Amino acid sequence: MQVTGTAAPYVRIEGVGKTYASPRGDVVALQDINLDIRPGEFVSIVGPSGCGKSTLFKCLAGLESVTSGAMQVAGAPLDGPPESLGMVFQRDVLLDWRTILGNVLVQAEFRKLPKAGYRDRALQLLQRFGLGGFEEMYPWELSGGMRQRASICRALLCDPEMLLMDEPFGALDAMTRDDLNLELTRIWQGSEKTVLFITHSISEAVYLSDRVVMMSRSPGAIVDVIDIDLPRPRPLSIRETAEFGAYTQRIRHHFAELGILKE
Amino acid sequence: MTALTTAFRGESRVRDVLLVLLATVLIWEAAVAIFQPPIIFLPPPSAIWAEFMSSPGIFLKHMGYTLGTTALAFVLSVILGVILAVGIVQSTFLERTVYTLLVALNSVPKVALAPLFVIWLGVGMAPKLAVAIMLAIFPIVIDTVLGLRSVEPDMISLARTSRATPLQVLLKIRFPNALPSVFSGMKVAISFALVGAIVGEFVAGGNGLGFLVLVAQGQFDTTRVFVSLVLLGLMGTVLFYAVDFLERLMLPWHVSQRGGAGAPVAAGAGA
Repeated sequence: MQVTGTAAPYVRIEGVGKTYASPRGDVVALQDINLDIRPGEFVSIVGPSGCGKSTLFKCLAGLESVTSGAMQVAGAPLDGPPESLGMVFQRDVLLDWRTILGNVLVQAEFRKLPKAGYRDRALQLLQRFGLGGFEEMYPWELSGGMRQRASICRALLCDPEMLLMDEPFGALDAMTRDDLNLELTRIWQGSEKTVLFITHSISEAVYLSDRVVMMSRSPGAIVDVIDIDLPRPRPLSIRETAEFGAYTQRIRHHFAELGILKE
Repeated sequence: MTALTTAFRGESRVRDVLLVLLATVLIWEAAVAIFQPPIIFLPPPSAIWAEFMSSPGIFLKHMGYTLGTTALAFVLSVILGVILAVGIVQSTFLERTVYTLLVALNSVPKVALAPLFVIWLGVGMAPKLAVAIMLAIFPIVIDTVLGLRSVEPDMISLARTSRATPLQVLLKIRFPNALPSVFSGMKVAISFALVGAIVGEFVAGGNGLGFLVLVAQGQFDTTRVFVSLVLLGLMGTVLFYAVDFLERLMLPWHVSQRGGAGAPVAAGAGA
């Protein structure tokens, strides 16, 4: 699972374990996780509920500490949230009392960056994500898909080196999801951003990623890492090709062997 | 401007309320005319109106006094209550001490404490303010604490990964997120402040509509009692809708303000 090649990994996860104390004894959420992610790589994590993928996500975001092992981001040991990070959650967590533009700009406000300088960039991002003309609207006036687009714009505002996305499209309908998958790869391609994407959907993981990390539960551990050698840019129709099917089948089959998926 | 128009929405509700009130007055007048109860038992609306018109200055003076006490108590309760709530949410120590004490005190029938305030504070405006604040501050503190706490965890995660300071989290996330809660506390508090002011006037006397009711009752002047009650009712309604209006003006983004449906229910029971 170590990176081959010359470039230093952007993210290095070495022997990471996370144990929660509970009244009924310790719960092992993560066990001996080793993973390197190259700069600019798109990596997805798939696994059943409770496999610790969200815990890994929180640890990598610097929101929780690890019990054992170590993490490095951009060559520095992880100690709190990484400097250059954008987060997207399953729920859009937009602030109801701010306009769409205000919600995107909150990122700059929190970081105490000059709002004026980021206004143009925010408007550009919104335009690019099909939200031109909606800048002054409030979140409740928009559909779920549009809200999630706005939350992606918020994550991208300060041009982060890394994007962490925790099932960002899980709550959206299939068509909106396709749309956003396509847009996300378009934005990512050529941006040199490192993306860690958590999902339940095997097909989504294969479509988006350079590598898919499979996790199993109790304890949460990596069971396999699969390189996805599909040409980019990938049209949505690539999902109907035999190569794509071979990848999803392989992953599904592996989960079935582990007793996580029934075939 | 949009906030203003949103705030004014609800004209049809005002019309409904007026219609119901008008019908009540007519039925009342007719019932008194038909059944002719002794005037000491139930005066007709026309007699109540005539009594008010005989000396409107006196009634309005006392009404002004009660209104002043209520408004001042309400404003002080909101300021103190919100400060207390922020303290309680930010500090475990304050939560264990002040909040525990407040919750325990809340189950005491506070009106029964009113005579104590007369002993402590005399018979001026101070004991009336004290009783009114004591009643009004609880819903503010409790609802504000609730609102400050009910923030989506992901929202806090987002702020933390964006390197927001605790003060930014408080001012930019927790506080605006709590505003709808603060307002629902304020709607209860405005009614409670009025109740407190009246109770204060009952026990401390001197001025106000509560005092007027007490004096009129001593003279078995039922009509005068009713004038005071009607004025109190009017005042309570106007105060409640003033807070409601302020909420519409300030929170056009909130769920309860959007459809225009669902008339707020005056929450003045209890105390």
